[in-house]
Amino acid sequence: MQDKLILGIESSCDETAAAVVKGGRTVLSNVISSQIDIHTLYGGVVPEIASRKHTERINQVIRHALSDAHVTLSDIDAIAVTYGPGLVGALLVGVAEAKAISFATGIDLVGVHHIEGHISANYIEHADLEPPFLSLVVSGGHTHLVNVTGFGEYEILGRTRDDAAGEAFDKVARAIGLGYPGGPKIDKVAKEGDPDAIAFPRAHVNASAYDFSFSGLKSAVLNYLNSCEMKGEQIVVADVAASFQKAVVDVLVENSMLACREHGAKKFALAGGVASNSALRKAMQEACDREGIGFYMPSPIFCTDNAAMIAVAGYYEYEKGVRSGLDLNAVPNLPLGTR
Amino acid sequence: MKILAIDSSGLVASVALLEDEQVIAEYSINYKKTHSQTLVPMLDEIRKMTDLDLTTVDAIAIAKGPGSFTGLRIGSATAKGLGLALEKPLIPVGTVEGLAYNVWGYPGLVCPIMDARRAQVYTGIYRFTDGSFKILKDQCAVSVEELVGILNGMGEQVLFLGDGCPVYRELIASSIRVPFAFAPANMNRQRAASLGVRAMELYREGITETTDEHRPEYLRMSQAERESMQKTPLQDAGSANGQ
Repeated sequence: MQDKLILGIESSCDETAAAVVKGGRTVLSNVISSQIDIHTLYGGVVPEIASRKHTERINQVIRHALSDAHVTLSDIDAIAVTYGPGLVGALLVGVAEAKAISFATGIDLVGVHHIEGHISANYIEHADLEPPFLSLVVSGGHTHLVNVTGFGEYEILGRTRDDAAGEAFDKVARAIGLGYPGGPKIDKVAKEGDPDAIAFPRAHVNASAYDFSFSGLKSAVLNYLNSCEMKGEQIVVADVAASFQKAVVDVLVENSMLACREHGAKKFALAGGVASNSALRKAMQEACDREGIGFYMPSPIFCTDNAAMIAVAGYYEYEKGVRSGLDLNAVPNLPLGTR
Repeated sequence: MKILAIDSSGLVASVALLEDEQVIAEYSINYKKTHSQTLVPMLDEIRKMTDLDLTTVDAIAIAKGPGSFTGLRIGSATAKGLGLALEKPLIPVGTVEGLAYNVWGYPGLVCPIMDARRAQVYTGIYRFTDGSFKILKDQCAVSVEELVGILNGMGEQVLFLGDGCPVYRELIASSIRVPFAFAPANMNRQRAASLGVRAMELYREGITETTDEHRPEYLRMSQAERESMQKTPLQDAGSANGQ
């Protein structure tokens, strides 16, 4: 079982990706074809364009992943494909492709949850990491605080009530003229700014201590920008970016550490596209060090949407005996921990 | 010569296995389940029923478009996955041409119409004479009024078929001035066997493509591209729209 080869396929948003992973931990290839240049022209991901590009690129990406890994389809033990959540039209391309390959070759098929993939990205570079641990998944579409109780077993502790963290980054970046994608651009500009320059609110959700809310923060930034404009005050973009980013990071860290304390977690893993954010990585590392909790995070290449993480998650599902049928469908709002 | 044919361009999901001059199996579903749920299980059913060894398939025929964007992509990605795994080429067949082959031999003009929304149909005008297929107007997206105008100008009897018929039946009947008829239920939706027959001809003419280069022909830009073109109009906006 150690040497099982999984071909991962991911097309849930704007990256067409394929990868080959050995034994659930060793990445033999990780090919990502990003569409970001096209979507930047429109200021965000356009679902129809994303779906079209996936269709055009998917075969080349899969071929590339197989050849980089020096394997052929006949060496592959299972195909793991993201079937949700995500953009339905985009998901359908990967799902249809994976099912057709599975049908034509008889290779087993395993449908994988995108968030499960992000969490599993942590297994790639941390050979010692095994459940149980807590994980914070932050991306353009998701903000989830998850208790990983076993391989493929998840309990959602908290989630965003409105905007995802990455979404808030995109919206604020647009408002201060940085453009798309907001996450990396704010991260870069914030390095030149003062994070304590403007006191933006740290939003807490009364009903649940682990939930997040970012729409109020986003509005506070917009209100601040408007009031500066009305008063004819100069807006220091770097200060706005740094202060906004700190407000997001503070809440993410605070809720995560509260959950770790209350669940007696010994290990904590950061995941998702926003896990590339340098301020978040630094703050979370420091918080975990203070609390005496083992801290894990993937390299940025495994934080972004990729198929290696899908292959890793697929490996552990496959090991548990999970198989998907040829009627596997894309589920755009698939809840974590269900099948 | 063995071909697997796939059409998921409209509401019907249809797959067929053809060998030389025979249709070995054809399976069509016109039901509310999505193509994603039905298409590959239908292929698997044909494989089981006909003891098909998939490695003996020579090519995969795919309805290349026009049609439902999502439907086309499910078909395309399925065909691409099959082609990749089996290392076989694809034969792209125009969806409207494939529909025309449902009524091969009709003594007049054949005019499939697919509901394209936005007050348009995907259509083409074809003729079968002396056992051969002629394209008089290649598949395109036009308004029904424009189409009827063209047909009136051609002055010949015409047979309509396709999912645009129930939508535009009255509009056509009220404005057309040539003899016309609508095809009955057994021949008025996409059928993979018809697509496969056309694909056999194209294959003999050497018209195939690799699975990597295949992409659907939507005949339309995405809404975002269209709106962005309207904001900054380019001279060739009309032709880029495929209309």
